Amino acid sequence: MSTIEIKGISKIYGDTKALSDINLTIEENKIYGLLGRNGAGKTTLLNLITNRIFPTTGRISIDGGVVLENDEALSNVFYMMEKNLYPEGLKVKEIFNWTKEFYPLFNHNYANSLAEKFELNINKKVKQLSTGYTSIFKVIIALASNAKIIILDEPVLGLDAYHREMLYKEILTNYIESPKTIIISTHLIEEISDILEEVLIIKEGKLIVKDSVENLLSSAYKISGEASRVDQYIKGLTYIGEETIGKFKSVTILDKKRNEALAKELELDFSKAELQKLFISLTN
Amino acid sequence: MLLNFESEKPIYLQLAEAIEDDILRGIFEEEQQIISTTEISVNFKINPATAGKGVNLLVDEGILYKKRGVGMFVSSGAKEKILTKRKERFYEDFIVRLLEEAEKLKIAKHEVINMIEGSNEK
Repeated sequence: MSTIEIKGISKIYGDTKALSDINLTIEENKIYGLLGRNGAGKTTLLNLITNRIFPTTGRISIDGGVVLENDEALSNVFYMMEKNLYPEGLKVKEIFNWTKEFYPLFNHNYANSLAEKFELNINKKVKQLSTGYTSIFKVIIALASNAKIIILDEPVLGLDAYHREMLYKEILTNYIESPKTIIISTHLIEEISDILEEVLIIKEGKLIVKDSVENLLSSAYKISGEASRVDQYIKGLTYIGEETIGKFKSVTILDKKRNEALAKELELDFSKAELQKLFISLTN
Repeated sequence: MLLNFESEKPIYLQLAEAIEDDILRGIFEEEQQIISTTEISVNFKINPATAGKGVNLLVDEGILYKKRGVGMFVSSGAKEKILTKRKERFYEDFIVRLLEEAEKLKIAKHEVINMIEGSNEK
């Protein structure tokens, strides 16, 4: 079991409300995407879940155990932070050993095999790693930790397309072989949208969306065609993401229902809404 | 198997149709095992729940069946089932659209018929 229960969580720094009244249940063995613009409060939330900072109000529990100073509850959680907090003078293989101290279930062989796959030299010191390889190194530790909940904050930072694809596949393989709760916080939304089961969107410290990717995407659609006809179609509807190229226009309509007959009459085409576009409009 | 992530259709539906296409083309034969949802999920980088949903759709329709602990198999008679289903949809999916497009291009119905007959001779 590995359900995270977040109840009435607020975090106030001076007169800034970083998070206000977050209520959320993160169910076990699902892959969540935590999305939000810079400074929305994503990292604050992750820091609270892992007891790195304390909430101003509210409580967070994992399987009923409150996380506050609770090493047992927290031993089930691995948090891969965006910042690198590993001692830079240590070699990769030394950090593998070190991780085993904190996460007894850490799978050393698996970590080594992943390092080999990604051509990460485990004899290198952490400070010698490029940005991309630092990401690879951190994700390998997270995947090999065997924690019930793994949190990945910007896991593909600095990675090229080839390594990103490899990494997404490794995350999925790991998830299928040993189901766990995975929370991924990222700015590369479109890329991971098919991997996610649920999406959490935070805006200015508030949780504004908690839904399945499928539901979210089916709540909107794109319509495109000749500009003046598109304008005719969207009259009275809520829409976002207007794009015009010459006389061609496309907009995303925030509604489930499509007016097929009108679209046909106006010679307009329907297409799928993009998670990225929805995200931009929801957080604007 | 081919999935088009630009398409409007939800991924799980596309996946179900892609498997059906592969059965029709003989890539997956009746009473033979198809690739696992794990392979589908990892290869196409889609959530396993999505992959499972697509596969289960075909299980519900009796096109695939599960062998516990072994995997997914194509049911006998699956090809026939898919053909019947697709034929029913053929009119809606293709003929209606064909005529709509023809109308847009101002091609008369008898011209369309001539084209079809012409293409048959080739």
